[in-house]
Amino acid sequence: MSVGPCEAFALVVRRELRLSFRRPDQLLQPLVFFLIVTTLFPLGLSLQLSLLRDMAPGVLWVAALLSSLLSLDSLFKSDADDGTLEQLALCGQGLTVIVVAKTFAHWLVTGLALVLVSPVVATALGIPGSVFATMMLSLGLGTLTLSWLGAIGAGLTVGLKRGNVLLSLIVLPLAMPLLIFGAAATDRAISGVSAAGALYFLAALCVFTCTLAPFAATAALHITLE
Amino acid sequence: MNTPVDGLRVEKVHVWRGDRHVLKGVSLTLASGQLLHVSGPNGTGKTTLLRVICGLLRPEQGSVSWRGHPISSVRGEYQAALAYASHEPALKGDLTALENLRFAVGLKRRVSPGELRASLEQTGVAACADLPARVLSAGQRRRVAMARVLAMNAPLWLLDEPFTNLDAAGTGVLTSLLQSHTEGGGSALVVAHQELVMARDMRRLELTA
Repeated sequence: MSVGPCEAFALVVRRELRLSFRRPDQLLQPLVFFLIVTTLFPLGLSLQLSLLRDMAPGVLWVAALLSSLLSLDSLFKSDADDGTLEQLALCGQGLTVIVVAKTFAHWLVTGLALVLVSPVVATALGIPGSVFATMMLSLGLGTLTLSWLGAIGAGLTVGLKRGNVLLSLIVLPLAMPLLIFGAAATDRAISGVSAAGALYFLAALCVFTCTLAPFAATAALHITLE
Repeated sequence: MNTPVDGLRVEKVHVWRGDRHVLKGVSLTLASGQLLHVSGPNGTGKTTLLRVICGLLRPEQGSVSWRGHPISSVRGEYQAALAYASHEPALKGDLTALENLRFAVGLKRRVSPGELRASLEQTGVAACADLPARVLSAGQRRRVAMARVLAMNAPLWLLDEPFTNLDAAGTGVLTSLLQSHTEGGGSALVVAHQELVMARDMRRLELTA
């Protein structure tokens, strides 16, 4: 009995989640990094709440980008190192399904986790509770897009010994639109203006990467496997 | 050489790695029920040949076909029919042996934990089923990898140095598995330095530098 792509997707997501939860330290690292970086800003800047509030969206977004990047390096690397990537490539499902599942699982344990802890950080930075919904939506769209951009970068650098710096150099410039629209959405919501425009842009970027990045990342991995 | 329509056919495959001409026109056929032992000194492209046959590596010249079709045109069907064991055991250290098997074999076919345990039993590592793969010895890991090949229920086995790290008993188990696999109509291509002692007739291919 053959296995359909949906079952394969579910199986790979379960595998990735189980692997993540067997290594709680690696699961918590990006989150702790996120918390610490955002805590450092108020210490380094003045303690004026108004200034902090003006900078908060930018700080939040830069910290979220950097902490998502931390774990991107390992997206395909451990599988490539121990030979399981070859097994996955030959499982008869096509590598694209595997890439989609792995990237989605990666987003669940990093991006979604960041979104869930972001209200804590936002409160510390003086962002009013009324904009949490907008902020979390924008972070959710942004981190998902970033996971996809990262999947392309991780696919390209998986064969390199020290690929993580190169990975940042590839991904961060591509993430600039996310930072601009993501911070703008939160900023606008804080000043009481409609954030819809910025959110639409983020959603468009998210759809764009979700639909095309799987093929780019798969192609990058195929090159690496050869 | 007549064409076995039911099997694997590799025709005049050439592969260059950088400036190095690794595979120089290798041809082989493998029909059902056959076993092919590929040997040769280090660096003569045995693993490269296996990766070309799997479809992981595209040859610069030549072709690989499965049941009369180029493997690139029947990729899904071909991958479902093959079980590949690479030089590394390809196990996740944080998952148990059974979980490793479930996630690897489960992508190929629907499989029950009972079946997976049975294949671990056959390779003699049933006791390790619930241990994380990282605590297993190299030989035990090799046996778990062999159980994965077995559980895939695939007609075509492609094994890269499957005897590495195996003790005498493990070598015996693997030999008898190969025996029963080919007797049941399956085919196997084994890359190994050791001599294979088989009751069935076995063909050899010696790669040279």
